[in-house]
Amino acid sequence: MIFPIVRTALIGLRRDRGALALSFILPIAFFTIFAVIFGGRRDTTPKVSLMVVDEDHSVASERLIQGIEREGSLSVKKRPAPKQGVEQPDYTAATAEAAVKAGTAPVALIIPHGFGKNPISFGRAEQDRPTIQLLKDSSDMVAPQVIAGLLQKVAMTSMPDIMAEQGSKYMDEYAGGFTPEQRKRIEAGLEALRRRESAESGGQQTAAADPNRGMPIAVTSRDVVGENKDNPMVSFYAAAIGVMFLLFTASSAGGSLLDEAESGTLDRVLSSRVTMGTLLAGKLCFCSLLAFSQLVLMFIWAWLVFKLDFIPHIPGFVVMGLSTAFAVGAFGMVLASICRTRAQLGPLATLVILIMSSIGGSMFPRFLMPEAMQKAGLLTINAWAIDGFTKVFWRDEPVSHLWPQVLVLLGVGVVLCAIARRLARRWEYS
Amino acid sequence: MASAPVDSIPSSLLLPLRIEGLVKRFGELTAVNGVTLELKSGECLGLLGPNGAGKSTLIRSIVGRVIPDAGTVSIFGERADSAGARMALGWVPQELALYPKLTCRENLESFGEYHGLRRGALRTAVAWCLDWAALTDRAQEPVKNLSGGMKRRLNMAAGLIHRPKLILMDEPTVGVDPQSRNRIFEMIEKLRDEGISMIYTTHYMEEAERLCDRIAIIDHGRIIALGTRDELVRNAFASRSEVLARFANVDDSVAAWVKQRGGLYDNGMAQFTIEHASEIAGLLDAATKAGHELADISLRKPNLESVFLHLTGRELRD
Repeated sequence: MIFPIVRTALIGLRRDRGALALSFILPIAFFTIFAVIFGGRRDTTPKVSLMVVDEDHSVASERLIQGIEREGSLSVKKRPAPKQGVEQPDYTAATAEAAVKAGTAPVALIIPHGFGKNPISFGRAEQDRPTIQLLKDSSDMVAPQVIAGLLQKVAMTSMPDIMAEQGSKYMDEYAGGFTPEQRKRIEAGLEALRRRESAESGGQQTAAADPNRGMPIAVTSRDVVGENKDNPMVSFYAAAIGVMFLLFTASSAGGSLLDEAESGTLDRVLSSRVTMGTLLAGKLCFCSLLAFSQLVLMFIWAWLVFKLDFIPHIPGFVVMGLSTAFAVGAFGMVLASICRTRAQLGPLATLVILIMSSIGGSMFPRFLMPEAMQKAGLLTINAWAIDGFTKVFWRDEPVSHLWPQVLVLLGVGVVLCAIARRLARRWEYS
Repeated sequence: MASAPVDSIPSSLLLPLRIEGLVKRFGELTAVNGVTLELKSGECLGLLGPNGAGKSTLIRSIVGRVIPDAGTVSIFGERADSAGARMALGWVPQELALYPKLTCRENLESFGEYHGLRRGALRTAVAWCLDWAALTDRAQEPVKNLSGGMKRRLNMAAGLIHRPKLILMDEPTVGVDPQSRNRIFEMIEKLRDEGISMIYTTHYMEEAERLCDRIAIIDHGRIIALGTRDELVRNAFASRSEVLARFANVDDSVAAWVKQRGGLYDNGMAQFTIEHASEIAGLLDAATKAGHELADISLRKPNLESVFLHLTGRELRD
């Protein structure tokens, strides 16, 4: 008796292409996407982008930069990419800071004037040494930590002679040939070291107050983006999760077209004064309005509960919200127009939206993905919408800076509308 | 002879519906095969035929929802899918084409607005429809909560919200209990009394006989007979009566014998036409001599069912 039950269920599954796709295609697609994102293939392991500004132009600064460039996990840029074939000047502290704010790279390293005079120092000499500045975007919590650690490593490995020279200088200064006097001074120095260690073991505050103590080079880091945000990642997740659910809502709302086609209401509507173009426009307005309302609710919730800085960003939010809602609404119309029945729509929408969301950054930030995946993400509505909302809420950019995202989202919306209109011809007449 | 341009003729004088040489194919299937038909003003024309005869396709062609492969359809002189034709035409589809989550009033308001009605005109039209369909007291009820008969009545009302001059009713009583059916008949008769022109499709002969001035019998996409009920019967049977005989044994020899006697045989039932009742005795005698046992025999006046069987050799409800 069990066999006929299994056979019947298998036949049912085989004939339900949506269920079949959800059962077999979606898991494979998801596995592939996340395997690629998390570096399943060595050659796609993401590199951390770093901008370097050399204000010192000394031998030591150049050797430090060469050492950084040799690090396989870093992608080092000293100047912006050429524009129309024209080489651009090297980054300055100001242009590098602007580039971090614009999201070109998450971190910029500024090697100050005088670095070469005293690049590596320990003990008392630490007080006078120049400090390398690390300008960072605090939305990327990984890259600055990686770079700070690598910098100390590079300092020690890229300048061994300087390390030796500094070592003998300190040896000469503290030991002086190990005369009795020298021994006394060493003892005194060790005693001082012991006292310091003892004091530090009493709490972490001293070390925390000066993270460069004991490090060969001095580095200070400063947030240049998001420094005043109470909850740095909330704007990202409001946009990321919001857009994904917008897509689901729009596909469901677009499905009302299929409901009407299946019930015969569509025929009745089209036999009135309403044309297919008018009907689609009406449905698009409904889907877009619903999507925009959902975004408003999501961001107001984030403002009230997670202290998102909403009020000053309302103009940017409205521009991005309307553009996103339009693109998402058009997406819903296309999905509905492709499907023959409501039953087909559910699995197809789930399949497409989850793939778009995983590539487009709704589930995992795109800046942590391999470069190829980041580029692939640009084929999705999610990526452009999230980038736009990030500009508004994270980078505090003015509305005028949103034009690339707005243009793409509106363009995508128009193209999808045209496709939906074309596909909807099958409902017009038989 | 020069004819007057259509624009100069008052619409009241134009034929509500004129179909000429209409053909519609779906792949290999010819659903409508050269139909030519005219509907007079204030007339109710029945389209009578079995399921799959082409009635709904013909109706959908009139509504402009089907593009014909050949032929023309004009409504009060205008092309079927033109704006003018849409306003003049009301369509009650066979399916319950309603929004189930909306109330009766909301449904009517939506369809009214789709037809361009606004404010006062819309309110008046909705009130008239609710009254006509006897749903005024259920106006605020969501459609999904209504009984089958109520849904059917609302479905009809939604097709009439813009008060069209020509109404197409596609099997409006499908799946309706006898009591609700009678109520629907009364609604339709009320429209007839108002002089509205109507096409009424059905495969129930009683409905066609009760409601329609003329009846077109349609089969395999063709109109095989057209006229009043009496004309159709007279043309098919003249003054003859109909004898229906059911045989105890159903086999090929029975069918062959019936055919040999000039009758029609379908599914164990034979139909003969006779001039005088006295001919029944001869028929019984011949059947006995041929070795065929009769289970039941009856004499009746021919009706539309008989006409359909006579013309097609098939039962109307096949």
